[in-house]
Amino acid sequence: MQDIIIMNGYGAYVWSAFLFTLFGFAALYSLTKFQLKKEQKRFDAKFKNLDLAKVEVAKNQIIYKEILSYSSESKI
Amino acid sequence: MMDYLKFNKIFSVTSKSQKYIFFLFIIVISIGLLEALIFSPEDYKQSDSVRIMYVHVPSAWISLGIFSLISFLSFLSLVFKVKNFVIISKSLAPSGFLFCIIALVTGSIWGKPTWGTWWAWDARITSMLILSIFYLIYILSWKIFNQKELAFKISSYISIIGIINIPIIKFSVDWWSTLHQPASVNLLSETSIHSSMLFPLLIMTAAFALFSILIFLMKYNTELIRIKNKGLDRL
Repeated sequence: MQDIIIMNGYGAYVWSAFLFTLFGFAALYSLTKFQLKKEQKRFDAKFKNLDLAKVEVAKNQIIYKEILSYSSESKI
Repeated sequence: MMDYLKFNKIFSVTSKSQKYIFFLFIIVISIGLLEALIFSPEDYKQSDSVRIMYVHVPSAWISLGIFSLISFLSFLSLVFKVKNFVIISKSLAPSGFLFCIIALVTGSIWGKPTWGTWWAWDARITSMLILSIFYLIYILSWKIFNQKELAFKISSYISIIGIINIPIIKFSVDWWSTLHQPASVNLLSETSIHSSMLFPLLIMTAAFALFSILIFLMKYNTELIRIKNKGLDRL
């Protein structure tokens, strides 16, 4: 176990390179997920305030159904 | 076939495939990390510092690949006015930028024990730095310009100009005397890296590629929802 950590004296370099990479992955994933959720919430809020005539129009467009199927509340 | 290129079909596929790509990524990166950090042998010259290669090289490959793809799609979207290519290019940029930064930082960390310095204005390293600047300008161009058409044109020109840098990065180690070593893995000629090191390198490359696909899918869906959000006003 100690060999894996120390790595012949190169442990600090190797582990910092791997940790930086994994931290970068986690940061980008979290940021992208946050942006996706935010946009989805914005869409849901806007959709909730639509009048019924517009909801009927949206019902005929598959893309709106698809987007709403991934949110918690749906008028369709 | 064309039916699958419609936004509603694409949204369905990109939404459903995210969880599968995520689980596949977790499995592949776990195998890759075990191979890279534990099972792969140390180098006779560089000892254990060679393990940095398993994050440095795939990051560099993928950042170059993504930028080339962005340039190609930007060119096509300028010529043929395909809206979807613009959204794909825009969605690819964040992961390409991250991989470029990872390649630069891990290269710098690797440079200290092998070259004795964190940074050198070497042709390969400098051209990679220029690539990261191109990525940054490309991403910022979408944020700075409010007019979509203008942002599309400027970002496309940036990526097309930036493609000149790709062969410079690739051949910099052959054209100039550099600290950076020449390529060890070649598609067209014999690979000089041993299979015990090549295997974890390919596994890590697959994991990094899966991660960039995952980020692309999430970003692509965000862009589609944003477009459709604006579309609600026009109903």
